[in-house]
Amino acid sequence: MSGAIQFKGIRQGLLVTIPPDDEWAKVIADLATRIDQQAAFFKGASVALDVDKRAVRRHELANLLTILQKRDVNLISVLSTSATTQGAARKLGLATELVEPPATQSHIPDTSRFVETNSEAPSLKSDVHGTEGVLIRRTLRSGQSVQNNGHVVILGDVNAGSEIVAGGDVVVWGKLRGVVHAGAYGDETCVVCALDLQPTQLRIASLISVSPPSKKRRKHPERAYVEDGVIKAEPWTD
Amino acid sequence: MTGRVITITSGKGGVGKTTTTANLAMALAALEKKVVAIDADIGLRNLDLMMGLENRIVYDLVDVVEGRCKLKQAMVKHKDYPSLALIPASQVRDKTAISPQDMITVANELKDVHDFVLIDSPAGIEWGFKNAVAPADEVLVVTNPEVSAVRDADRIIGLLEAEEKPVPVRLIVNRIKLGMVRRGDMLSVEDVVSLLSIKLIGVVPDDEVIIKSSNEGVAATGRPKQAFEDIARRLMGEKVPFMSLDSNGNVLERFRKLFGGG
Repeated sequence: MSGAIQFKGIRQGLLVTIPPDDEWAKVIADLATRIDQQAAFFKGASVALDVDKRAVRRHELANLLTILQKRDVNLISVLSTSATTQGAARKLGLATELVEPPATQSHIPDTSRFVETNSEAPSLKSDVHGTEGVLIRRTLRSGQSVQNNGHVVILGDVNAGSEIVAGGDVVVWGKLRGVVHAGAYGDETCVVCALDLQPTQLRIASLISVSPPSKKRRKHPERAYVEDGVIKAEPWTD
Repeated sequence: MTGRVITITSGKGGVGKTTTTANLAMALAALEKKVVAIDADIGLRNLDLMMGLENRIVYDLVDVVEGRCKLKQAMVKHKDYPSLALIPASQVRDKTAISPQDMITVANELKDVHDFVLIDSPAGIEWGFKNAVAPADEVLVVTNPEVSAVRDADRIIGLLEAEEKPVPVRLIVNRIKLGMVRRGDMLSVEDVVSLLSIKLIGVVPDDEVIIKSSNEGVAATGRPKQAFEDIARRLMGEKVPFMSLDSNGNVLERFRKLFGGG
């Protein structure tokens, strides 16, 4: 069956698979039409293009790139088994394999070990739907940084001089002393929880607060959240 | 004989890496171990001064790496301890004169004929640090009971833990001022250890004798000497209790101890 361009959401963005037999001009036209039909959805999307065995020349690929750029779609990589296509892609500064989008990154080298990415594992059933995050099972030391679009959970301490930036919540099962930013994309409902909450600086969405000077206080778990436009902390007991 | 390569590092400068390396090397040699100390602080060499060997240097580490001399020719024998030698740094070159691979090659050759290869790392986390830790089997992180030194030590430990093959890292807290700790004006050893959460191998009290002995290029005396000897013994696997930090404290306490009280 020819003619059907396929779209699939993957961790790195959108994977676009084009039909093998159609002419390149038709492929481009079809793709443009599809994007225009759902312009809002595609705007700003990161796209990987799978052309399989097809040999795509440099000017053909450049043509496609222009069309995508006009529609604010970022072509990140081109997947192909053809050497011609791979060469053309490289010359245009495109990757020839799937690359991680720049927004999710961690400077802790082996974080990926703790992140569940195995899509082939049988999915476990859950009655309650959660949201995604990373779990890091070690202490963050000075100079180390964890950034994630979802939540960040640390089993260990977060020492002074380290930083966490999360699109969602931050939970630290240990002492929190570094700089922490929850709801980095502006979500004020995000919270920061720690067994001992003494961050150098605590940010939620666009709000910033610092810990009160530490006198001989009793250590207890706390939860920081936003109420009436102010960051507040309360004992984390419920 | 396969010796152990131990790198002494700190992140922050001026916390006592070189003093520690020199005294630890001398303490190990005094325990009849075969020891070689390498000064990896190319361009800012100091270890030779603290070991009192400055005037005996002919070749240095860069000469070895660049093939101008044999490894043996660059080894400066210590005047008091025949089983101790120094490989000095070059004073006229910089850190980029050697590579981590060079350090591994040199250390591997040395550990065949020594019990201990001690490497004195430069301050910082750049090239010089990478050179110094590349061949390490173990690392000793030296810090002072000050927040800036502890912060930098934390950074160093983080970098070491992130290595492909992490090596054991132990902590030396240098320059503890007993009076200040007792008054609560200084971070205590417990504070530092709880912040860094790594194993402690030694506590060295702050003492004026260190300045004198370093200037003269001889081993420390008094309580610091005891502290370094304790570290040397712990390195060799002995269980040595940490010295009581109260014992030269106030007179009343000493009397109470003397007469077997509390």
